[in-house]
Amino acid sequence: MSELIFERSKPGRQARAQRPGGEEAPLHQIPEGFLRQTPPAMPEASEMQVVRHYTNLSRKNFSIDTHFYPLGSCTMKYNPRGAHKAASLPGFLQRHPLAPPSRSQGVLSCLYHLQEIIADVTGMDGVSLAPMAGAQGEYAGIAMIRGYHLSRGDTGRNEVIVPVNAHGTNPATATMCGFKVVEIAVNKDGDVDLDALDAALGPKTAALMLTNPSTCGVFERNIREIADKVHAAGGLLYYDGANLNAILGKVRPGDMGFDVMHLNLHKTFATPHGGGGPGAGPVAFVERLRPFQPTPVVVKAEAGYRWADKRDLPDSIGNLSAFMGNAGILLRAYAYALMLGREGMVRVAEYATLNANYMAVKLKEAGFRLAYPNRRASHEFIVTLAPELKETGVSAMDFAKRLLDFGFHAPTTYFPLLVPECFLIEPTETESIDEIDGFVEAMKTIREEAFTQPDRVKTAPHTTPVQRLDDVKAARELNLKYVPADTAI
Amino acid sequence: MSQIPAELKYASTHEWVRLEEGGIAVVGITDHAQAALGDIVFVETPEVGTTVAAGDEAGVVESVKAASDIYAPIAGEVVEVNAALEDAPETVNNDPYGDGWFFKLKVSDPSELDALLDADAYREVCEAEDH
Repeated sequence: MSELIFERSKPGRQARAQRPGGEEAPLHQIPEGFLRQTPPAMPEASEMQVVRHYTNLSRKNFSIDTHFYPLGSCTMKYNPRGAHKAASLPGFLQRHPLAPPSRSQGVLSCLYHLQEIIADVTGMDGVSLAPMAGAQGEYAGIAMIRGYHLSRGDTGRNEVIVPVNAHGTNPATATMCGFKVVEIAVNKDGDVDLDALDAALGPKTAALMLTNPSTCGVFERNIREIADKVHAAGGLLYYDGANLNAILGKVRPGDMGFDVMHLNLHKTFATPHGGGGPGAGPVAFVERLRPFQPTPVVVKAEAGYRWADKRDLPDSIGNLSAFMGNAGILLRAYAYALMLGREGMVRVAEYATLNANYMAVKLKEAGFRLAYPNRRASHEFIVTLAPELKETGVSAMDFAKRLLDFGFHAPTTYFPLLVPECFLIEPTETESIDEIDGFVEAMKTIREEAFTQPDRVKTAPHTTPVQRLDDVKAARELNLKYVPADTAI
Repeated sequence: MSQIPAELKYASTHEWVRLEEGGIAVVGITDHAQAALGDIVFVETPEVGTTVAAGDEAGVVESVKAASDIYAPIAGEVVEVNAALEDAPETVNNDPYGDGWFFKLKVSDPSELDALLDADAYREVCEAEDH
């Protein structure tokens, strides 16, 4: 393991050339009372040391561009460089966000067209590109539902129903929007328990939030019946676009009966993700929710494209950011959508599903237990390592750590919570059969090791820059602050 | 196989209840629950004085794997919480039925205890989940 920059510090070392404003920084504009009395505690290092340190760290990156990354529910697929190149054209990059529409017709036309493409591929009537991440898209969608009920004087609807296997963001979003969360069960085949749904529905129901295919890695077969039940009770349906990759161009949430949804463009539409952003989480909605959409949105007028804001949409839930969403991510998504075309989008879903099902069958043949053996997988599937744990003492976490030694990122572990010792595996459409077979071989080898030399697995990883971490200590005693070596703690 | 003491009552959401003198019920999470969660790193107990109904959220337990709600198995008023868990959440892993207790309730209706599971019924719940 390499030294931390903290450990490289030597008193007096610095990089004067990097100091803003040179030796005498222009501090005179800051009121006296706000100037700090003591210098901040920072590691002291030379410019060369800093460059070398961070360059070496960057060479240890583990990413979709270097390794197979089957992290379930995260859709870690290849992000085509062409989409990035198109979004990086000088006219896009150099446009000022406050440039007048008359000087922005190019970018506005792209965003308008993207709104139309998303509406088309989701089966919805309208789209706002404003939300800047998946969580913000969810927030916008549920806030729109709230606005809809209140606009009708329907003020008693204060509950949002969420299945037990939902992404954690769903209950969080409902709570943020002021709703009470009602959790319902799923049955042993991974479908929503319809009796539980019936019991939960009522005059207080504002909405049902659903991911389809669900985090169980299976398609919700009763979706039409579910939609009818929720609508009959006066509620609306929210579609969490997290797993859209599985159905892109094949099935449309609008046709399933959903009223509003968000898309993780950074996930499904060609932006590297998993590093904390930026993202884009547009909302798509049916006609009756249009007045409540977040602003600004691009509209087409006689004089050309322009932004519609709160003056055009007085019932809008409002702006979600200072400008108009994350333009670069939206442009990448637009380029990606055009590269794929309608036919290409269908192939995304088909290959994502084919790869997942192929891998699930191969692992089953190798002796692993699938959590839903009677179901066809969607774009992802669940293996439970409970039998291996019982027989060998080797847990899903140990398998996950050992996979790193074979050059594979671990799948999602211990989620969804209702399946013990689980791996949620999503190979995505962009992996070749060679990579998929390689992963299956690694899993077979680790399983063999679990029986013959379990300690080898329990102490993994052995080949990574840092080895088994003390995650309990890290969670209980999180300490990331730099303290100079000569300071007594 | 996890420990399931015969003298306790259980909720299907993996809490245990022990009725003490004066209508006070002690509540914690089961051995099966702590084993499934793994190393516990954070415990949030309810506030003393809170009144809860059976099935209400009454705390949170967070492990290296997941965060889970703790539910009140029966109705009552919270009269005491185990403040020691704040600094030593690992106690829940080490001694789930003893020092790892979460909170004590002044029970509203002792007959609610009858609706809870006995050790055999709870064992079946655990076995069904493991399968």
